[in-house]
Amino acid sequence: MLTGAFEVIWYIAASFLISLFAIPFGLLTKGIDRKLAAHMQWRVGPPVWQPFWDVKKLFQKETIVPEDAISWLYNAAPILCLASTVTILLYIPLGPFPPILEGHGDVILILYLLTIPSLAMVAGGFASSSPFASVGAQREMVLMMSYEFPLAATVIALVWKISSLYPQEAAFSLTAFARHPIWNIMGPFGIVGAIVLLIVLLLVTTGEITKVPFDIAEAETEIAEGVFVEYSGRNLGLFYLADAVKTVVMSALIVAIFFPYNLSPLLTPNISIPSWGWAIVDFLFFLLKLEIVIFFCMTFIRVSVARFRVDQVVKVYWGYLTLASLLALILIALDVML
Amino acid sequence: MPKLPTKSFDRSLWVFHVNTGSCNGCDIEILAALTPRYDVERFGIKLVGSPRHADALLVTGPVTRDMEDKVKRFYEQMADPKVVIVIGSCGISGGVFHESYNLVGPVDKVIPVDVYVPGCPPRPEAIIDGVVKAWMKLERLRREKK
Repeated sequence: MLTGAFEVIWYIAASFLISLFAIPFGLLTKGIDRKLAAHMQWRVGPPVWQPFWDVKKLFQKETIVPEDAISWLYNAAPILCLASTVTILLYIPLGPFPPILEGHGDVILILYLLTIPSLAMVAGGFASSSPFASVGAQREMVLMMSYEFPLAATVIALVWKISSLYPQEAAFSLTAFARHPIWNIMGPFGIVGAIVLLIVLLLVTTGEITKVPFDIAEAETEIAEGVFVEYSGRNLGLFYLADAVKTVVMSALIVAIFFPYNLSPLLTPNISIPSWGWAIVDFLFFLLKLEIVIFFCMTFIRVSVARFRVDQVVKVYWGYLTLASLLALILIALDVML
Repeated sequence: MPKLPTKSFDRSLWVFHVNTGSCNGCDIEILAALTPRYDVERFGIKLVGSPRHADALLVTGPVTRDMEDKVKRFYEQMADPKVVIVIGSCGISGGVFHESYNLVGPVDKVIPVDVYVPGCPPRPEAIIDGVVKAWMKLERLRREKK
């Protein structure tokens, strides 16, 4: 009984710790992204701390609730969006540290949890009673339905390989991915399949965090910021934070699935520092991996291409990326059978 | 007395641009201020798509009869604290259109204006300078309030 109460308190404290890490790091990541994008466009760009100033300013502004809006849903949506995004991080291993809710949920649960922030945005959009927001919410739903299949196919294919090699493991848990990095267990067909799946997952991430070219839901030039059109002040700031955390979540998921490597096993024979020192080194290495993943799935794509039309987004996800992920599934199936 | 913008507005200013009947000259100069050559994003200035998100309203052109109620609504839709910056001679005095039968008048007859940037059209440097003037004015107002 006592341990049960202790466990609950630990989970609450850990959730606070996770948000204390994820929110500032997400904002810093946004700043790095804007700085890198600016340099790629041959300009100076805002300082790396710019997102912190933006959020501080948004929290000082007036929060307007439109007269026709369903006010409780309109105000609840940003909080729900941020809370559900932070919750996903409790299930993802952060570098050397195992997930806080280890054993309570697996990749399938993460796939379901990933839809909740989008659903919160959709609910907020419909609740704000603006035609622009309604169009944005509908587009967000179209986007959500489009990237769900390639995302699921990616996870299933990799889990299939792991479960065929290690039947005793709980294959869907992310710690199984960490114990058996997929690049080490794949044959030649599987390596090709895994590379295809990595590219698919990077492009799915771009849609998941609604960045150009898949930002049809908040296209500011066509539908005036879409779902966020009526939001201002604190509510908009919460959505801004949720967006920053979601970037961390998606990149942490990619790192956990594809690059669960740590520096310490490689360096321990040569350098000797205490184990907490290795934890810090591994964690910093993990942050570096996150930034590299974010660079490729967000900054690089964002400055390279313009926004797709709604039908083009659906075509990319349901057509090309689904085909690619099915092809990779066949390659990995060949790998499992041979 | 409306709420004064705090210090964090000096670091992050989101602007919404509305054309109340200008000839497009000033609009192009505003866009030029956003290009890599002038790059106002380094000061934290960002163009947003909704007046709800904006801290500053950039108005170009004299106010035509059709735009009068719309520019008032844009102003009222913005969240406090907010500033209004008029770009170009037309918005200040009516410019070459000052005798037109179609005009309600300069922008400050319709909504309260904080900063005027003259020119036909003003250069991007002048627009950036106008924003800096707005920040200086806020600084002064904050000091007077204390």
